[in-house]
Amino acid sequence: MSGPTLLSVEDVAVNLPTSRGNLRAVDGVTLTLGAGKTLGIVGESGCGKTMLSRAILQLLPKKAKVFGRVLFDGQDLVRLSPEALRKLRSRSLAVVFQDPMTSLNPVLTIGTQLVETLQRHLELDAGPARKRGAELLAAVGIPAPEQRLSQYPHQLSGGMRQRVAIAIALSCEPKLLIADEPTTALDVTIQAQILDLLAREQRRRRMAMILITHDLGVVAGRADEVAVMYAGRVVERAPTPALFKNMQMPYTAALLAAIPKMDAAPHTPLPAIAGRPPDPTHLMQGCAFAPRCRCADGQCLREKPSLVSAELPDHHYACFHPLRINAGANT
Amino acid sequence: MATLELSIRDEVVAGPVHKTRRLGMLFWIAVGWMILVFALAILAPALPLPRPTDMDMLVRRAPPSASHWLGTDGLGRDELARLIYGARISLVVGLCAPVIGVTVGGALGMLAGYFRGRFDALAVGGMDVLLAFPPLIFALAVTAFLGQSVFNLTCILGVLSIPAFMRVARASTLTLARREFVIAAQALGATHARILLRELLPNVTLPLLAFFLLGVAVVIVVEGALSFLGLGVPPPISSWGSMIGEGRESLEIAPWLAFIPAAAMFLTVLSFNIVGDSLRALSDPRQGAL
Amino acid sequence: MMHGVPPVALHDPLLRVEDLVVEYQLSTGTIHAVSGVSLEIARGETLGLVGESGCGKSTLGRAVLQLGRAVSGRVLFDGEDLTAMQGEALRKMRQRVQLIFQDPIASLNPRRRIGDIIAEPLLIAGYKDANKRETLVSEMLSAVGLDPALVKDRLPHEFSGGQCQRICIARALVLNPEFIVCDEPVSALDVSIRAQILNLLEEMKQRFGLTLLFIAHDLAVVKAVSDRVAVMYLGRLCEVGASSELFARPAHPYTALLIEAIPVPNPDVTPPERVAVGEPPSPLAPPSGCRFRTRCPRADYRCAQEIPDLRPIRAGQAVACHHPLI
Repeated sequence: MSGPTLLSVEDVAVNLPTSRGNLRAVDGVTLTLGAGKTLGIVGESGCGKTMLSRAILQLLPKKAKVFGRVLFDGQDLVRLSPEALRKLRSRSLAVVFQDPMTSLNPVLTIGTQLVETLQRHLELDAGPARKRGAELLAAVGIPAPEQRLSQYPHQLSGGMRQRVAIAIALSCEPKLLIADEPTTALDVTIQAQILDLLAREQRRRRMAMILITHDLGVVAGRADEVAVMYAGRVVERAPTPALFKNMQMPYTAALLAAIPKMDAAPHTPLPAIAGRPPDPTHLMQGCAFAPRCRCADGQCLREKPSLVSAELPDHHYACFHPLRINAGANT
Repeated sequence: MATLELSIRDEVVAGPVHKTRRLGMLFWIAVGWMILVFALAILAPALPLPRPTDMDMLVRRAPPSASHWLGTDGLGRDELARLIYGARISLVVGLCAPVIGVTVGGALGMLAGYFRGRFDALAVGGMDVLLAFPPLIFALAVTAFLGQSVFNLTCILGVLSIPAFMRVARASTLTLARREFVIAAQALGATHARILLRELLPNVTLPLLAFFLLGVAVVIVVEGALSFLGLGVPPPISSWGSMIGEGRESLEIAPWLAFIPAAAMFLTVLSFNIVGDSLRALSDPRQGAL
Repeated sequence: MMHGVPPVALHDPLLRVEDLVVEYQLSTGTIHAVSGVSLEIARGETLGLVGESGCGKSTLGRAVLQLGRAVSGRVLFDGEDLTAMQGEALRKMRQRVQLIFQDPIASLNPRRRIGDIIAEPLLIAGYKDANKRETLVSEMLSAVGLDPALVKDRLPHEFSGGQCQRICIARALVLNPEFIVCDEPVSALDVSIRAQILNLLEEMKQRFGLTLLFIAHDLAVVKAVSDRVAVMYLGRLCEVGASSELFARPAHPYTALLIEAIPVPNPDVTPPERVAVGEPPSPLAPPSGCRFRTRCPRADYRCAQEIPDLRPIRAGQAVACHHPLI
């Protein structure tokens, strides 16, 4: 990887005890992210992508148990004290969530929430903090920022609220921004604006970003590297162009094929993936995707494939029968 | 080609995927006490007890003995018999009054929450008026006018409990009536009556039932308080409240005369509260998951 | 206001909406949810209705089924005026038109068993024979890909979103309706499940000879299932035309905007910068004239003064714009 590694996730696993049994939300994930780069994490609901982001931020529920290491800027976040973590958050690590209505406090004005963050982390006085807050709101594209400071979240539209959440996240110049499905709840035209905003801010501040989404289209043009998750594991990871053009894991290919495309004719039957994602409380013996996979055989049901790299050293996949290599043997 | 859901078969093996809440020890003890009290109350005439109105002036305020297991009260009447017959009164009033409340209040609340608009405004306004009445004065006025009796007492308390049940039913119905499954029923051409009975009622029943049990607990205490003040059941009918009232005079000599009925009332009310709470907790996770 | 006859007049349409207006009164003002929409759907056709949130497409879908009455306008189903119907006649008519919702789990009564839920329409319609009902329910469950024996006695919360949507589809089809309004049926589902449900809908349409009004905000999804597409913005139709034509050569600037904003899963396609300007105005105070003019690069004085009518621009395509793209 070119450039210094900012974040290194090493064999992170998350166990969540529930009334139905132990839930293995994340099952041994290893990732790296360089400074200023964008990593896209793609997966459907229940694949563990949100839990992974919470594990990185150390924002898991109390009864969750984390294994492995999360090295950020040289420090292991899992072993860090709560004090040190608090200092790190907002200053170097920031997060934007999916639903701004729940990530913003509905009973406080925008100004209060924004200024509070600035005062606490940058140790500014009220006056300069408010001025900086207005500048930030203008930078994220909110018109009439001074007036917005005294408004409440419910008075703004969804897109505006998400911009405010981004402004709060960026207020302390973090080195890493984790965006957890930032545009899923927004309309497609607003989605484009928000993604543009994130890309622009990232370039300007030379910030690293993790973009978590279920939409392959979102990461295609905006991420340097993409990791596909299924049932708590990373099943394929590669630089974006390589992933789309040279897919190895059948799940990635099936996921891409199942998306209706704009250039397809109407009424073209969609190649759907049979079955449903597995229940995370029932750990399976072999590959989690095997029951739904067309290329699966006995070995896939018995053993779990580990992440290996293909001919290209940056392209990793977890499959016994990757597509390209077996293009002749399996269809 | 429609793809069949392969993994539906796994569901059967694993069993239904709902959370099984285990009701604790406390719940079962509470249920046990309730069953005991009910059994004693129902079987009271068949039990080998002296009549609660039999006065034996020679053994007044006697401590517990072989012939009188819990002793006697100020007029020589057997405490245990009075306690058990008192349970009958408390339970009758305690159950019947909330029944009035839940049927009338529940129906009003559901109709108000479903139809909304002017009917809703009228119903809520009416309930506000009823709630504004000081309950004790209302009870006094009715008993002064119509006389003291178990029937009158039950009716008063029943009417006073209507607003609370109406609120619960209305709140439940308001959230449910906006859900898609109600619109789906309308889209199928269901009449209003059908929607109220088939779609809404099954969902409103559990919160109402939980609230009903809590209501029973409250009514038992209120009846006790009224009887304690002499405004409840008329003598010689004994209720726990009147027993506590009478026992008040003998607190230095025979404190058990006040404490035993108080303890009985405490345990019974506590049991109803525990069962009501557990039922509410049972119904919540399912509702929350939706 | 627009005249009643839609420009792309079809021969013997199954559904005909004439100048429908739906408004809601709030304490803060009036929401103009649907402001004069006219369209037609031919028998056996799927009309896609696409637009972003707040454009009124869901409101329109429900108003067509008379759930939420319109302020003015008519809805003609198979020649009969639904807007004029009341009570029993309307209830009988409902057996021929059905609705599938966005949230499949919320569309099912959490306290009733699946078998009862699917039998409910039959009971309402007056099917007295319990055996016949049982058979129809089982047939329907099999048709949507679920095993009746495993599913009938369970409660909705035991199933996933995709399975619940199948159950909703079974319920909608059990009375053999002619017309179904699908209100964002796959938006709440995962990507891999979406494809399953879309395929299922297509199969059901072929098998039962259905006509569909498919409402969604995802253009690619709408294009995949629709014969013709109508684009809606803030209560009015912008453009109507055949799916492939409309998306290949959009005439309305809003349609072009929507197409540009879709994230394409192809790394070679760089996302266009500065694609959209501003936010949609509030339906409480829609702009005068053309409602899209506040975000349109081609807007001018005339757009603020005159409401553009839906006019044919090409064979089979109509657009409501003073300065269309073609």
